[in-house]
Amino acid sequence: MNTIYNTMHSGDTGVAITLNEVQKTFADGTLALKPLQLHINKGEVLVLLGPSGCGKTTTLRLIAGLEFCDEGGEIRFGGRDVTHIAIEQRRVGMVFQSYALFPNMNVSENIGYGLRVRGESKENTHDKVDKMLQMFDLKDYSQRSIYQLSGGQRQRVALARAIITEPEVLLLDEPLSALDALLKKRLRTDINGLLKRLGITAVYVTHDQEEAMAMGDRIAILDRGEIVQIGTAQEIYLSPKNEFVANFIGQMNHFEGKLQGQSLSFGCNKLLLPSELYSTHSEGQRIRCMSRPEDVKLIGYQEVGVTGEVSQSVFLGDRTRVLMEIEGVEGLVHVDCFERKNYCIGDRLGLNILPSRLVLLPEPTLREVLC
Amino acid sequence: MKKGVSFYLQLAFTLLVCAFLIVPVFMSITAGVTNNYFIGIKSGFTLRWLEQVWELYSDTIWLTLQIALVTTAFNLFIGVPCAYYLARTKSRFSAFLDECLTLPIAIPGMAIALGLITVYGGFSNLRMSWLFILIGHVIFTLPFMVKSVLAVLQSINFRLLEEGAASLGASFWQRFFHIIVPNCKTGIISGMLMTLTLSAGEFNLTWMLHTPLTKTLPVGLADSYASMRLEVSSAYTLIFLGMIMPLLIAAQWLNSKPKRMT
Amino acid sequence: MHKSSQYYLLMIPALIISLTFFLLPMMKLLWLSLADQYGISYWYILTKPIYLKSVLSTLILSLTVTITSVIIATIVGLFLTRYEFKGKSLLVAMLSFPLVFPGVVIGFFVIMLAGRQGVFAELGLLLVGERWTLAYSIIGLFIGYLYFSIPRVVLTVMGVAEKLDNNLVEAGRSLGANRWQLLRDVTLPALKPGLISSGSICFATSMGAFGTAFTLATNLNVLPMTIYTEFTLNANFAMAAALSLMLGFITWFCLSIARRQGGSNLGMGG
Repeated sequence: MNTIYNTMHSGDTGVAITLNEVQKTFADGTLALKPLQLHINKGEVLVLLGPSGCGKTTTLRLIAGLEFCDEGGEIRFGGRDVTHIAIEQRRVGMVFQSYALFPNMNVSENIGYGLRVRGESKENTHDKVDKMLQMFDLKDYSQRSIYQLSGGQRQRVALARAIITEPEVLLLDEPLSALDALLKKRLRTDINGLLKRLGITAVYVTHDQEEAMAMGDRIAILDRGEIVQIGTAQEIYLSPKNEFVANFIGQMNHFEGKLQGQSLSFGCNKLLLPSELYSTHSEGQRIRCMSRPEDVKLIGYQEVGVTGEVSQSVFLGDRTRVLMEIEGVEGLVHVDCFERKNYCIGDRLGLNILPSRLVLLPEPTLREVLC
Repeated sequence: MKKGVSFYLQLAFTLLVCAFLIVPVFMSITAGVTNNYFIGIKSGFTLRWLEQVWELYSDTIWLTLQIALVTTAFNLFIGVPCAYYLARTKSRFSAFLDECLTLPIAIPGMAIALGLITVYGGFSNLRMSWLFILIGHVIFTLPFMVKSVLAVLQSINFRLLEEGAASLGASFWQRFFHIIVPNCKTGIISGMLMTLTLSAGEFNLTWMLHTPLTKTLPVGLADSYASMRLEVSSAYTLIFLGMIMPLLIAAQWLNSKPKRMT
Repeated sequence: MHKSSQYYLLMIPALIISLTFFLLPMMKLLWLSLADQYGISYWYILTKPIYLKSVLSTLILSLTVTITSVIIATIVGLFLTRYEFKGKSLLVAMLSFPLVFPGVVIGFFVIMLAGRQGVFAELGLLLVGERWTLAYSIIGLFIGYLYFSIPRVVLTVMGVAEKLDNNLVEAGRSLGANRWQLLRDVTLPALKPGLISSGSICFATSMGAFGTAFTLATNLNVLPMTIYTEFTLNANFAMAAALSLMLGFITWFCLSIARRQGGSNLGMGG
């Protein structure tokens, strides 16, 4: 698929997408999407990430024109108000989760279908389809039935079919979820490169956080029908806005205790806090903060600070994930060790939790407490 | 697996049942080409009876073909769109329509024929014409066409395919003719075969709806069974079997083709 | 895509055909049956021996045929799914062809089998020196109805048995169940919905079978024959309408049982 980068000159086809107060209630009365405000820049790739049922696919289908939002909402493509326009007139390209390739057509016919319904001439269609086949390494498969293709090839046909009409917006609904892990990793790099080269505005739905971080310019995390945080992968990973985001992206260790001097105290442990944390809180106040596994180091046993007992150690190749039992902490604390060292279950070790990397969580709201 | 006594017992039973179903077919085939059935095959073979049937009843054969083909055409144009409508709509009205269309399967042809006669029997132009039989056949076979197409639609994810086509800019009619119809092909063909077979063999309705000038093959068959010698009846049955066998074999072949999943 | 309502257009032809040529005639029948002295015909069905006898004998005949064909077809159907052998596909084809033979032809086949020159007559002549002629009695009807019922049930049994989870049988065997216990506790319960559904279809088809009875012209008046006589010979339209509607109601009821059990509609012949 390397040829993609060479033959597809960088385009200027994209258009900004704006969602204004877009809300969706299903026919049965369930509120699928709370009023949503979203702006996607021209040429930007936005990833919608969240667990199943969070509203990400609904958002995508609203942008596509497969669903229509409740009264009062507005969707604009650049200057064009598309709120009431059905998908066939929105000029979007869409890649479906299960590809939706037409079983009654071969590979070429599938790819050329968008041109066929636009009444493009035979020669023109043929040329463009040829270019696509070349670009996606499908030259030898042009006359094949779609049943004779592998998952990866089907995925490429679906992508080729979606972009041949040079849409303003490309929508991808979990396009890689039907593929095996190895192929997934390769294809997401390819798709990312393609999207950048096309300069197309793209919305990409996934439930896989690793994929989300690899793909998008920005990630929007959805939970229960609303966007809880939107930002670059780095912003979201390093400063998650709440516990949901923190837990959804990567592994997080939670520490909760009382402020004592400059440290957070839980059980007999004392975790040193950075000054901006302890100076803004009063002595004895309850504080919740989090730390990533790679921001914790295992050190020799120490009398003061944080100590724990090795409960499990898993060798992962590039690192070793050690799970520590620590007094005053609910659940096990995950630590990533990059030295090739063996840890035995039961070892008592000290933990150096980098204060500068600690993330403070707001006081739990009443609803969270009740949940 | 070792085949024990029980296997052979079951095999014998199955063969017996098959014989029950198939022996009369062979008997009527041989009787149709035997000089004298009372004497048996030793009386020699002849095409005399077939010729006689042709002289007496060829008009019923042509009429049957005509009605079967026109019924199939009607079902194609009425049934396929309707099946698609039923597949994509879930409402009280679609349930009502579904029930109305399926009922003629459940209600004996006799009752439908009586109803048609009591309402439309007074229009003598219609009553005397083959169109009256055609109406009965369409009513009786339409549900089979609709169900056959509906079954295929329910087994494929046609909504997804349609969304795919819509995302590429296809209008409603383009989606219907480019995507829905081609992907229902097997259902449409098996529905057509079923319509042809059922219409060609329909008796219950047709007997009530026919006039002396509009006799179909099964009506002629009943007539010959009542009034002709056994050899002629057999020859006539032989012609009928020759007409529907290709349809049955085609339907079997269609069903045995491996089905693909989308 | 709620904006496109064109697809409503697609059912209009079917709706018009169904309303004018099915629903309206049915309504007319209903009206006819009720118009005559407030539906006294229905009362006659229950009180006049000629009608009651016809209804009861049709019910009993259909029930016997259904039970017999379910038993026969279960044995054959299970056998054909369980074993692989040469010529099996031919047997299956032979079993499914009679499905669409019209009732008149089946009547003729019965004559071929059990008529004055039929197989049974020859057999009787050979064995006891007397021609067995069964075709024109109730046994003839029974044979004819069996002829169109067996294929339906066999195909249904085969369809269900092929989908039967083999793990269930294997689990049963691992628990030490013998062949009969497996049949009773695993296979038959799995077949039950299919048997009920195809049995109901057989019953409904037998109830409405006209062609076979017409060809055999038996002295036994099955319901469709009674309707026919009332309509053509006695010109008693109200009675014919009432009887057809009652018959229609019974068959519709059976087929809705079949449908609830997930059965497909395998054509009405007879």
